[in-house]
Amino acid sequence: MKNELFVVAVVGAGVSGASIARKLSAYTCDTVVLEKECDVSFGVSKTNSGVIHGGFHYPTSLLKGRLEVLGNIMFDTLQQQLHFPFKRCGILVVAFTVEEMKTIEKLYMQGTANKIIGLEICNRERIHTIEPTLNADVVGGLHAPSGGVIEPYRYVFSLIESAKKNGVTVKTDFRVARAEKHNSHFLIHAENGERVRARFLVNAAGLYADEVSRACGAEGFHIIPRKGQEYLLDRNASGLPGKVVFPVPNPTSKGILVIPTPEGTCMVGPTAVEQEDKEDASTSQENFEKIFHSARRLIPKISERDIITCFAGLRPALSGGDFYIAESEQQPQLIQVAGIQSPGLTAAPAIGEYVKDLLKSAGLVLTERPDFDPMIDEVPRIRRLSPYEADELIRENPAYGEIVCRCESVSEAEIVAAIRRGHTTMDGIKFYTRAQMGRCQGGFCTYKIMKILQRETGMSIEQISKRGAESGLITGKVGNLTVQDVGKAAGEGKS
Amino acid sequence: MREKHCDAVVVGGGSAGLAAASRIASQGYSVTVLEREQELGGILNQCIHNGFGLQRFREDLTGPEYAERFVEAVQSHKNIEVLLDTTALEVSPGSIHSVYGYSRHEGVTKINARAIVLAMGCRERNRGNIGIPGTRPSGVFTAGLAQRLINIDGYIPGKRAVILGSGDIGLIMARRLTWVGVKVLGVIEIQAYPSGLTRNIVQCLNDFSIPLYLSHTVSDIRGRDRVSGVTVTPLEEGKANSEGKFDLECDTILLSVGLIPDNELSRKFGICLNPETGGAFVDGGLMSCVPGVFACGNVLHVHDLVDYVSEESERCASFVAEYLAGTYSSSHHPMTAGANVKYVVPNRYLPGRDNRFYLRSLIVKNKAELLISAGGEPLKRKRLAHVQPSEMVSFELSESELAGIPDPPENKLEVSIY
Repeated sequence: MKNELFVVAVVGAGVSGASIARKLSAYTCDTVVLEKECDVSFGVSKTNSGVIHGGFHYPTSLLKGRLEVLGNIMFDTLQQQLHFPFKRCGILVVAFTVEEMKTIEKLYMQGTANKIIGLEICNRERIHTIEPTLNADVVGGLHAPSGGVIEPYRYVFSLIESAKKNGVTVKTDFRVARAEKHNSHFLIHAENGERVRARFLVNAAGLYADEVSRACGAEGFHIIPRKGQEYLLDRNASGLPGKVVFPVPNPTSKGILVIPTPEGTCMVGPTAVEQEDKEDASTSQENFEKIFHSARRLIPKISERDIITCFAGLRPALSGGDFYIAESEQQPQLIQVAGIQSPGLTAAPAIGEYVKDLLKSAGLVLTERPDFDPMIDEVPRIRRLSPYEADELIRENPAYGEIVCRCESVSEAEIVAAIRRGHTTMDGIKFYTRAQMGRCQGGFCTYKIMKILQRETGMSIEQISKRGAESGLITGKVGNLTVQDVGKAAGEGKS
Repeated sequence: MREKHCDAVVVGGGSAGLAAASRIASQGYSVTVLEREQELGGILNQCIHNGFGLQRFREDLTGPEYAERFVEAVQSHKNIEVLLDTTALEVSPGSIHSVYGYSRHEGVTKINARAIVLAMGCRERNRGNIGIPGTRPSGVFTAGLAQRLINIDGYIPGKRAVILGSGDIGLIMARRLTWVGVKVLGVIEIQAYPSGLTRNIVQCLNDFSIPLYLSHTVSDIRGRDRVSGVTVTPLEEGKANSEGKFDLECDTILLSVGLIPDNELSRKFGICLNPETGGAFVDGGLMSCVPGVFACGNVLHVHDLVDYVSEESERCASFVAEYLAGTYSSSHHPMTAGANVKYVVPNRYLPGRDNRFYLRSLIVKNKAELLISAGGEPLKRKRLAHVQPSEMVSFELSESELAGIPDPPENKLEVSIY
C-alpha cells in the first residue's frame, strides 16, 4: 500500500485542528486533517457553549489569556469570510453583594490590563438597564461589550470547508493508533489500517491528546475529562436575556451561565465535574436542579417548561489549567495542542496563528499561496429571507420551496447543501442546517431527511445513521419479514 | 410573487382542516386549503388501525378510510382550492389577513382572506420535554414517528423495544411493532392508571402478553451509538424507589408521552395562547383574540378522538361563515374552569344559542358530577360515570338552559367536577 505523503498532519478536526488547518491552507504546504469520528466537529467542539469570551477572566501571563484576547478580535473578519452565526451580544458578570463587587473590580482591572476595549463596571441601575431580565437582587457587575456568541459546530464546518477549498485533505474515520518516525517523516497508522506520512504532526486530539502523544512516542501527560451538562431552551420562552450572563466566578469554574445563542434559542449551564471516562457524556437528573436553580438566580423567568433538549460535553482539561501548545521536547516536529478547554473556542483563531509560528520555528518553510481564497460561498437560509426574497430564490432553486423542518424553517435545498459538503449523518445535517434541532426534535422531519440522504448519496436506508458507526436508525424493512420473525416477537413473552 | 384572494384560508389539510373547509364551502364561500404534505388527510394517513368514526359514522373505520370521506367532500366542492406540498411559513395580519405559502412548484403564494382557520394539529412531546437522563444514542423515537416509518415508509426501527407512555399511540405501536417482528419488552406508564383507551390495553397489550408497568418510569438511557438498554424505576407516591429499579436490554425506545398543539403560525398572527391547553384562547365561536382568525382541532387543544375534532371543526366553520356574512355575534361571556377542571374550551359562550364545550378533568373519579354555575348559583348538573385526566369530557348548554342567566357581571359561568 502506498502511503500518502503530506507536509503536515493535524490530528483532530475540532475547533483547534480546524483553525490550524485553515491557517495552513493559506500556504503552499500539503496538509491533512485526521479525524477519528465520521464527521468534523463531532468531538469536544460540538457541545461547546459557544461563548466568545471577553478577555477578562485570565491574566495574559497565561497562554490561554493571551490567545483569548488575540482570538476574540479575529472573529469579525472570519465571519465575513466564513458566514457562521456569530453575534457580539456582550457579556455581563453580575454581582449580588458588595463582596462580589470586589471580584468584579478585580476582573475589570485584569481586563483593562489585557487592553480590552469597552469594559465597564455597572452600577445597579445601569446593569438593569442594559439587561432588564436580570434578577432584581443584582447590585451591579461587569459589562464586556466585545463578548459574544457563536454556533461552534458551524464555525468548525466553515473552517474545514475553507481549508478543503484551499487544498487541505480531510480524512474522517481515521483514528490514530500509532505513529513512528522514519527518515524525519512520521508514518501515522489508523486503527482501520489506513496510513499516511507527514513531516510535521500537530496533536489537536482534544480528549485523546494524551493517547495520541503517547502513541507518537512523545510526552506522557494526562487529559482529565471534565463534564458539562447544558439545557437548550425554546426561543419562544419569555424573559430570556440579550446578553451572556455569568455569575461571579469561583476558583474552579466560571459557574452556570445563561447564554442567548445567535439563533435565538437560549442555553443554560454548564456544570463542571471531572471524571475518568472519555466516552461518558450522559446527563443526570441531579444536574437539572443545580443548573436551573443557578440560572434562575441570574434570570428569574427561566423555566423548565421551555426545555427543548439536554446534553453534556467533555472538556479536555490538563492539570495546571493552562493550554499546552508547544513543540514536543521528546519528539521534534510534533506540535502539542493539548488542554484546550475554555476559552479554547475564543482562542482558536489565535491558536491557528500560534501553531503556524511554532511549525515555522520547528523548520517548516511556509510560502504564501498566491491563489488562497479566504471566502466560502454563503448558503442562503430560507428562514432569514422575506417572502419576496424567498420567492425569487425558489424560482432559481425549487428545493428552497420544500420546507423540511417546520420548527426551524429549513428547506430541502439547505439539507442538500449540507450533504454535498460531506455531512451525511443525521447529526451532521442537524448541525449544518438546524433541522431536528427545534422543538419537535426531528419528530416531523426525520423521515424526510432520510429520503433526501438516500437520493443524494445512494446510501441504503440501513446505512443512514445518527452519527456514524453503530448509530443506525433503521434495522429492516417491513416487506422483508418472515412469518417466523413475527411469531418470535409475539410468542416470546407468552408462558 | 403569486397572489390569490378568497374568503377563507384553512391552514392544514388534516382532519380539522378538511372538516372546516367543506363546511365553509357549503355555505357558499371560497376556501383555500394549505397542506404541507403531498396528500390530504394529515396524521390519519399513517393510522392504519381501526377504531375511527365509531361516534360520527357508527362505523369502525381505519384512519385513511375516515380521512377519505372528508377528502371526497372537499373535492366535491368547486369553491375549494387545495394547495398541496405548500407550507404556510409567514403571515401578515390585518383587516384582510395574508398567509404566505411556500412550495417548490409555485414559489411563494400570497393568499389574502378575511377569515383564517388554523388547523395545524399537534406534535409529539419528546425526550427533551420530559427530560430522561442518560446518553444520547440513536434508537429513541417518538411513537408517531415510528408509526410513520413503519406504516408509510415500510421501515422497521429496531429489534427490541421499550415503550414509555401508555397513550393510545404507544399502545397501538406496541401491537404494530410486534406484528413487524419487533420484540416489545413492556410499556412503562408513570401514572397509576393507563392513559389510553381500555379497548387498546386489551387488544394491543393483553392479547400479545406485553407487560404494562404502571407507576414506573424510565430513569436512564444507556448506549453510546445505539440504545443498549434502559433502567426502569418504580414510583411510590410520586417518588422514585431506586430499590425496585431494574434494567431492560433493548435497542429502541418509543415515546408516547403526550401531544402539544403546534402553534408556530399562531404566534406569528400574534394570537394569545392558553398555557393550560397550548392552544389559542377562543371565544364562543372559536375565534381567537385576533379578529377573523379561528382555530379548531388539535391545534386548539388535544382531542382524544378524531370524531370530536371533526365536530369541533365543523362548528368552527359555521361561525366562520357567520363572520364572513357579517352576522358574527359580538356578545360573548366568560366560561371558566373551576374546581378539578384542567381547562374548558371554548373560553367564552354565546348567550341566546346552543353552546358545546370540551374539558379535561384534573381528578380520577367514578360517579362524578359536572356542575355549571352562573355567578355562584348552580345552573346545570350532569352525571358522569367516570372521569380521568386522559379522557376528554364534552357537554352542552342549550339556549333554554342559558335563558335565565343574569346580566353582567354575574353572567360568568364556571364549570367544576365533584
